[in-house]
Amino acid sequence: MKYFESLKVTEEVTVFHALVSIKQVPDTTNIRIDPETNNLIRQGVPTILNPYDAHAVAAAVEWKRKLGGKVTIITMGPPAATTSLRECIEMGADRAILISARQFAGADTLATSYVLAEVIKEIHSKDPIDLVFFGKQAIDGDTAQVGPGVAVRMDLPVVSYAIKIHEVNLEQRYVIMERKTESRNEIIKAALPAAMTCEKEIAEIPYASLPDLVNALRYEPEVWTAESPIVFDVPQLGLKGSPTTVFKTGTPERHTAGEIFKVAEVDLDSVVKTALDRILAVEGMAAMVGVKK
Amino acid sequence: MSRRFWVYIEQEDGKVHPVAWELLGVARKLADQVGEDAVVEGILVGHNMDEAAQEALHYGAETVYVLDHPTFKNYLNKPYTSALRFLVQKHNPEVFLVGATTLGRDLAGAVATSLKTGLTADTTHLAMGEIKEDTKKLLLATRPAFGGNVIATIVCRNHSPQMATVRPRVFNPAPRTDEAKGQIVHETMEITPDMINAEIVEFITNAAATVKLEYADIIVSGGRGLGGPKGFELIKELADALGGVVGSSRACVDAGWIKYDHQVGQTGKTVRPKLYVAAGISGAIQHKVGMQESDFILAINRDPHAPIFDVATMGIVGDLYEVIPALIKEIKARKEA
Repeated sequence: MKYFESLKVTEEVTVFHALVSIKQVPDTTNIRIDPETNNLIRQGVPTILNPYDAHAVAAAVEWKRKLGGKVTIITMGPPAATTSLRECIEMGADRAILISARQFAGADTLATSYVLAEVIKEIHSKDPIDLVFFGKQAIDGDTAQVGPGVAVRMDLPVVSYAIKIHEVNLEQRYVIMERKTESRNEIIKAALPAAMTCEKEIAEIPYASLPDLVNALRYEPEVWTAESPIVFDVPQLGLKGSPTTVFKTGTPERHTAGEIFKVAEVDLDSVVKTALDRILAVEGMAAMVGVKK
Repeated sequence: MSRRFWVYIEQEDGKVHPVAWELLGVARKLADQVGEDAVVEGILVGHNMDEAAQEALHYGAETVYVLDHPTFKNYLNKPYTSALRFLVQKHNPEVFLVGATTLGRDLAGAVATSLKTGLTADTTHLAMGEIKEDTKKLLLATRPAFGGNVIATIVCRNHSPQMATVRPRVFNPAPRTDEAKGQIVHETMEITPDMINAEIVEFITNAAATVKLEYADIIVSGGRGLGGPKGFELIKELADALGGVVGSSRACVDAGWIKYDHQVGQTGKTVRPKLYVAAGISGAIQHKVGMQESDFILAINRDPHAPIFDVATMGIVGDLYEVIPALIKEIKARKEA
């Protein structure tokens, strides 16, 4: 494609700069619902670095080690998210920024992508970024919308569901990535700077080195607010800046447990026959399995 | 002016993703909930799209807007986002539904942001309804959140279009009629060089992608109770006997017994087969949220208190290495009968 042939080749010495946008999320395994109020019981629920984001950080650090350079981490969240930022420093990231202010609270994906895009632009203006990493999705909201949203706001190429980075070419300003679609894998060449959302396969989580561990213990992230160093447009922030609102919440229908057969009490043969009878009674099942009903 | 209910007709090489027909079905129901001036329309972006457009008419689209250009031959985020933004700004749909597929989620997130409107991800229930003081019916988009522990109904009151991605295999496809009544409208837009910021260098057939767990009707999954990677040979044997595919709990993937593509659950695939067999899977919540919507769940586990039994249609407490071979034998016997 002509577009790539026209890409400028820079003469300057380039240093790789990766940015990873992470989220600290409640460990959804431990979430319980108050049976009377139907509210989420968040108290005592541990928070973790979103698992996909951890792999994104690992990939960014891996390429920093290959190319030389640095990794910057950003997160929008409460001060407690510092824990996850420190975890990223442990993994080998160099700089971490906590974006935290009351005005940001209640943001949906549109309001979130506004803040993140502005922050990334600000960092980029001082210290040009080559690759912006996101996890595929956060396990609390599961939307997978923020990465593509930020990319659109910044007009960056975006490769979603990336499973491998094949090449980062800082001189000729391109990246070659592999992504997984439902039917095949695609190798995509994109102009730098580019964004991606990462599957777990993108990189293994490394063991932290001792210097990184020590560094993380003492690390205090920079804190960016709604006014400093960026003055945000308040109507675009938080709940106010969110076109979607939660109208109501509920608990999913509870499944009633079916009948249980104990092989130790009933004979195996009859249990297996019963199981198969019931399975084959499901509409269309007999034909699918290839058994006459 | 008509109230437009739009459906994105996702395609790859001209082959339409079945979720598009499901969306046409649900869009028809939504349109019927607001009155006679509502229309269901399909949006098709690609190259050589005549056949796909015609099919969309058979599945009930009253109009199909087609953007057909070599630039759109293969999906890439930016050209497709530009195309949908162009069409939305031209025609002003009220509701815009996109399949919650890998492609659809990537595309819808970018389109909604570029239009500065609201998007509800991965919905499993949709209706048009009034909320409090609003007299106009809004899209009530319901979705699971927090790992399936909560369901939330989300509205987008003051922005248009109201967008949602919709999980595949939740809604029934629209019936296909022999007669295609609607019309095909060919759209043109200016393709500018800045729309192309990436290119596909190569396609690789992904053997694992042929697993297609999320669209399988029969899945046999193994868990830690298998005791080791060799256990999946038995799982595969049962899956083959049933004509199904192999799934796994996260524990086995983490242990390296089987590839990630087989993982069912929150950080793996969400599945909705007609039959799900869970063998040696204890049933952590992250696994259950990925499979509990299956029509029939058969759980096999040695531990009578395993949480998997809470969602099972039928449970067998016993050694899977006794139960599964007996099952395979019985299936084979019945096939020969």
